Amino acid sequence: MREFSLKPLWNRLLDIAPLPVALLAAFAVASLLLLALNAAPGQAFASMLQGAFGTENATAETLVKAIPILFVAIGICVAFRGGVTNIGGEGQMIMGALAGVTTALLLKDAPGFVIILASILVGFAAGALYGGLAGFLKAYFNVNEILSTIMLNQVAVQLMNYLLNGPLLDPSEAGLNHIPKTARIVESAELPRLALTVPQFVANLFGWENAELFARTRLHYGLLLAIVLAIVMYILLWRTTIGYRIRAVGQNERAARYAGLNVRRQMVLAMLLAGGFAGLAGVVQVLGLQYRLQTDGSPLGFTANAGFNGIVAALFGGLNPIGAIPASVFFGGLLVGAQKMQRDLAVPAALITAINGLIVVFVVSSQIFSKRRARRRLAAPTPPATAPAAAPAPVQEQTA
Amino acid sequence: MIEQIFTASVFASMIRLATPYIFAALGETFGQRSGVLNLGVDGIMLMGAFFGFYAVYITGSLVLGVAAALLIGLLLGLATAFVSVTLKAEQGISGIGVYLFGLGMSELLFQRLIGTPKSVSGFPPIHIPVLSDIQFLGIGQIFFNHNLLVYVAFALVPISAFILNRTTFGLMIRAVGQNPEAADAMGINVARVRYMTVAIGGMLSGLAGASLSIALLNVFQQNLTSGLGFIAVALVYFGRWKPFGVMGGALLFSFVNALQLQVSSLNLNIPSEFAVMAPYVITIIALVFASKQTEKPTALTKPFDRGE
Repeated sequence: MREFSLKPLWNRLLDIAPLPVALLAAFAVASLLLLALNAAPGQAFASMLQGAFGTENATAETLVKAIPILFVAIGICVAFRGGVTNIGGEGQMIMGALAGVTTALLLKDAPGFVIILASILVGFAAGALYGGLAGFLKAYFNVNEILSTIMLNQVAVQLMNYLLNGPLLDPSEAGLNHIPKTARIVESAELPRLALTVPQFVANLFGWENAELFARTRLHYGLLLAIVLAIVMYILLWRTTIGYRIRAVGQNERAARYAGLNVRRQMVLAMLLAGGFAGLAGVVQVLGLQYRLQTDGSPLGFTANAGFNGIVAALFGGLNPIGAIPASVFFGGLLVGAQKMQRDLAVPAALITAINGLIVVFVVSSQIFSKRRARRRLAAPTPPATAPAAAPAPVQEQTA
Repeated sequence: MIEQIFTASVFASMIRLATPYIFAALGETFGQRSGVLNLGVDGIMLMGAFFGFYAVYITGSLVLGVAAALLIGLLLGLATAFVSVTLKAEQGISGIGVYLFGLGMSELLFQRLIGTPKSVSGFPPIHIPVLSDIQFLGIGQIFFNHNLLVYVAFALVPISAFILNRTTFGLMIRAVGQNPEAADAMGINVARVRYMTVAIGGMLSGLAGASLSIALLNVFQQNLTSGLGFIAVALVYFGRWKPFGVMGGALLFSFVNALQLQVSSLNLNIPSEFAVMAPYVITIIALVFASKQTEKPTALTKPFDRGE
């Protein structure tokens, strides 16, 4: 019989402790910024909360915003766990969207579910290949994946601008001052809207007018797909050999090599998966929300920074796909809430981008404490009872 | 059509547009030679661009503009050093944080303090006497008809090479980047050297941003750099950690930028996207061929731990 001890639980808590601390620190800085901008922080955060979750529609918009972030974040979890720093979410997302929308437009006469399925698969594959390219270059040519993914982001933006102004341009938009966008996909290829039916008494409890939650909002089935896949990827990472191998390489590349793992293959695999999920973010954005691919020509025109926000959400979710679910909703809420804050208090919504940056810096900075503790734990004379499997320390030693 | 495109003014733009790349990438070279990868360059550039612009917008003084950009660059550089060196945070990821911070913060300040796009009168072109009048091959126009910051940027290339290769400080930087343990044993304060190089990098990034907002474009807008700072980071790899190599890469990118401007100003129906794409693809290919990278600082991205 195992001796009862609170120690594993305590260690687990300490492992995630830096996250709320980093969040608090970021919000403390945000409060100072707000004060400097002559806005009362309490009022601003209340306005943000109201804007993000205050009404049925606000909540739906928050979830809509969270969908691409979550897809990217799932992929980032895999990549970072595998010791590959994927900064290419933006580009992979664009490639997924481009391939997905092309598929949907080509198959316009097919039955709806065929179009949806094919577009999603092709979108995943396109993102995967684009991410996998960076993984391949890292594994076999020692090309720093941070740099290659950044370069590939720019290449993808240019490719999108070219295609949306040329071959894929909506025929009705031809003209000198057209908006770069594709034709609309057929209605049967749209991801259905997601409505939740709640028991009447619950609706009464909250004073909702009807029990069909989100029925008249833009929330779509992409959310469900993202959540299911997050759970699938959690299982893959922590309950299968495939995931074990990926994480082993991320934890200690040299040890993994000595253990006989094909390190290169794991790196490519991690990047294939990471790119694939970013590609899903792109194609689902097309099928579920925009019904076409549209950009304003700027690098962030289509993605709205989801490729980077996904990194933030993944880190904040402890590099765990399931943790990424609430984290993505949280960051979706920040983005949507900031719009209301901007209207109410004239504080520019760009504040959120700055806060996201601070959160990233604080989360990665606070890892020094968990590293120190991990070292102390290793140095302790009696190893704690929970040596295997438990407590995936969010520590990753990684070299360029 | 060819002579319409490859005019002297295109080459003059190439020289001029290389300025922000050179400033930012030289700054990054110092950091990387000492073993620190600062991926937040783009964010620092945006902040430098805004503060430089704002100072000029308010006071009209270009000197104050440059000073403001250098100062904010210094502060953000020190903050980056604190995160990377003292807290030993994962450099690739913390840099993204710095980028997002600069991206959001510069836009926030712009909307709050300025609001609508405005322009300032930035650094005027300096016509270098005699030399700027050389008609032969347009040399006068191409090389000797630029604003002050352009000349400063190009002057910094040999200066940086000299500092890195011929001074004690440069030796310390290289030692810390190649073998921090040995440098430490020799009595070099690894952390201090890295703080200094990253601070220099921050200042030059701030100046790079200002060179856009108060010398080349004379405006500020959201995401003014559109990723230029990330290219600067790659240019350091491209240029194999050598100032002159970095300058070569900067000229490649600025040449394509200049071509793109020319093509669009002539209203030629050439999809310029592929031209814009080219240097990124070339950089990736260069990274593949540079994979041996014997010049690469061995300790790049590796935090130094004295083993306390």
